[in-house]
Amino acid sequence: MTYRKMILSAIAGMFLVSPVFAELVFPSLSYRTGPYGPNGIPFADGYEDYFTLVNQRDGGIGGEKVRVVKCETAYNTEKGVECYESTKGEGALLYQPLSTGITYQLIPKASADNIPVLSSGYGRTSAKNGKIFKWIFNFPGTYWDAASIATKHAMEMSGGSLDGKKIALVYHNSGYGKEPIRTLEELSKKHKFELMLLPVDHPGQEQKSQWLQIRRERPDYIFMWGWGVMNSVAIQEAANIRFPMENFIGVWWSGSENDVIPAGDAAHGYKSLAMHAPGDDFPVYDDMRKFVIDKGLGAGDGSNVGTVLYSRGMYAAILAVEGAKSAQAIHGVSKITPTMMRDGLEALEITEEKLASVGLAGFAPTFKASCENHGGVGAAAIQQWDAKKGTWSFITDYMTSDKSVIQPLIDADSAQFAAENNIKERCN
Amino acid sequence: MLYREVGEFKTSYSEDSQTFPIRFDKYRYFFVLIVGLLFVPFVINDYWAGAVLLPFLIYSIAAIGLNILTGYCGQVSLGTGGFMAVGAYASYKLMTAFPDLNILFIIIISGFVTAIVGTLFGLPSLRIKGFYLAVATLAAQFFLIWLFNKVGWFYNYSASGMITSPSRSLGTFLITGPDATPAAQYLFCFLFVFLLAWVARNLTRGKIGRSWMAIRDMDIAAEIIGVNPLVAKLSAFAISSFYVGVAGALFFSVYLGAVEVTEAFSIQKSFIVLFMVIIGGLGSIFGSFAGAAFMVLLPVALKNLLVLQFGWPVDIAAHLEFIIIGGLIVFFLIVEPHGLAQLWNLLKQKLRLWPFPY
Repeated sequence: MTYRKMILSAIAGMFLVSPVFAELVFPSLSYRTGPYGPNGIPFADGYEDYFTLVNQRDGGIGGEKVRVVKCETAYNTEKGVECYESTKGEGALLYQPLSTGITYQLIPKASADNIPVLSSGYGRTSAKNGKIFKWIFNFPGTYWDAASIATKHAMEMSGGSLDGKKIALVYHNSGYGKEPIRTLEELSKKHKFELMLLPVDHPGQEQKSQWLQIRRERPDYIFMWGWGVMNSVAIQEAANIRFPMENFIGVWWSGSENDVIPAGDAAHGYKSLAMHAPGDDFPVYDDMRKFVIDKGLGAGDGSNVGTVLYSRGMYAAILAVEGAKSAQAIHGVSKITPTMMRDGLEALEITEEKLASVGLAGFAPTFKASCENHGGVGAAAIQQWDAKKGTWSFITDYMTSDKSVIQPLIDADSAQFAAENNIKERCN
Repeated sequence: MLYREVGEFKTSYSEDSQTFPIRFDKYRYFFVLIVGLLFVPFVINDYWAGAVLLPFLIYSIAAIGLNILTGYCGQVSLGTGGFMAVGAYASYKLMTAFPDLNILFIIIISGFVTAIVGTLFGLPSLRIKGFYLAVATLAAQFFLIWLFNKVGWFYNYSASGMITSPSRSLGTFLITGPDATPAAQYLFCFLFVFLLAWVARNLTRGKIGRSWMAIRDMDIAAEIIGVNPLVAKLSAFAISSFYVGVAGALFFSVYLGAVEVTEAFSIQKSFIVLFMVIIGGLGSIFGSFAGAAFMVLLPVALKNLLVLQFGWPVDIAAHLEFIIIGGLIVFFLIVEPHGLAQLWNLLKQKLRLWPFPY
């Protein structure tokens, strides 16, 4: 009986899906399975729901409906390639894979196929240099910005100087986790602190030896570049060794509810970077509930609305939609191509008015992309977890990174990429 | 009816010991080659190359390599992922150090580098065997991955430790890099698969292959009849690693274009290749292809069936994929514990007598 129902609904599903004829295609390379699924699900829900909201409430972008093509990557690069190849033929306008590994795969491929990639706050940091990376964007901030801002916050906490202090970096032993090392090494020279590197292997459940080392060496601050289960395990371990939580700062991918709730009260006071405001105290969430969730159109079960990673996914979709709008304005057509989409992203300016118009006043820092700068201003705030109330809240304003350290590194890294791949600088 | 040996008279020993003794089989083999060489390159597109055929061909090479070691010589190895990483990093270092070197030579030299590394890690096999050897090769896996993570020289000190393959060509055809055409990449891999499978097949029925099988079946007896275990075991490690290294180099430079060692060459990869060999059939070249097809093509086919045909949610399809593939592995191993190759052989035996079995 239920079996027959399942088949019938599958057939019905086929017929329901196919007649929707839409023109702006945004693939969602999501991961709802695998070890990183718990973090991939809220992000994918937010990403897909926002496009549904735009279709339901505004009738699409500039009158053109949006179609989201979903593909499951399981955070696996081989599946990511399969997803990219299978979706790009559908007229994909923009890729946002939410995986540094897959982003590295897509950088050469998408550049050759002339499809833009937006890796907001992940991916290859030096892609900020638009002179070399024409098709890749990573605004509003990069890992190197994050490393610099975390260091800045630590410096403020220790009264303006890090001289003689010890900072440990607990990182996911992958391209993602290794990205900030170079910046932190430079910063440790500049501010005379000692840097300790503690890699944690995929998937990050086993961290006993790293935390034993932390207990022995007693660093003053811990920075964390973690993802998935690694985050909650690390916070639990830090609590076990009674490390002062306010000295433990995660990157923006280590600062969601999923990461702190498993540790319970012990996580109280844990800090992380944030590229946008936490909580669901914005008008857009009312629209989201009214037009999408309550109508049963949500990509998930709706329980994630307002969580940090849901907002992150929604923010990624907002940047995509605003990029598409700016492309439509530049080229004067509503049915844009990937090339026009790229122009739109390069001319994208996020202002207070624009954020307010989508129901997110004060949600994220403002920035303006340009031909040279594909990475925005690189601003982030520090948020702190209140375990009693179960909420994240900002404890600082948006801070910007130390460009005097980061810019030379970006120039050097992108120059190496340009030399290896025979790319000439643009924008001159 | 069609598949029979009636009327085929073998008048010499060499005719009698051909790879394809039945005429129909031989035609089928040439048919596959002609389709692969003259038809597929003209219809192939990015999706078929990047998601289906390239991984299938490359995993086939790796499976043949592991089959030489595990299937023919009986030395269990869990270091395949690590050896593939050696091939990949060797090709990366060669590509960036010698920009003018032909990609064909880069892949072959990477294979030789891996052969040397494989022989080194094969040394313990002279003293230990079975599960103990498996643990020793497991150490190779972890050591190699750790090495490529730890030492910046291997990834040219890039910020993230990722390696990215630059554009290299064979003659006027680009083979690696994003601008390479799918047909060129496919033909390049096809060439390697054809040559390596041909060499493997002929090695395994020659003197060296027989000495491997003698060691596999009973090493003491083999030693008594004059097989040198040192030469047999180390040559199996060297040749197997050569194949695996070539597969790793192609995997990185042609197929993925950018890899990150812990993700692309983890212990998971060793297991997948080992499963291919076990499901396909130990000690069979055809089995390596069958196993690679099973592990690479089936998930993609299932995904396309469930998501594109039935329109099911991608996450449910992904979970179902695990269930179905897992179920099929159990099913095939219960029906035929010697793998798909043995199933194929049984089918051929039946076909010879069909339609009048006795």
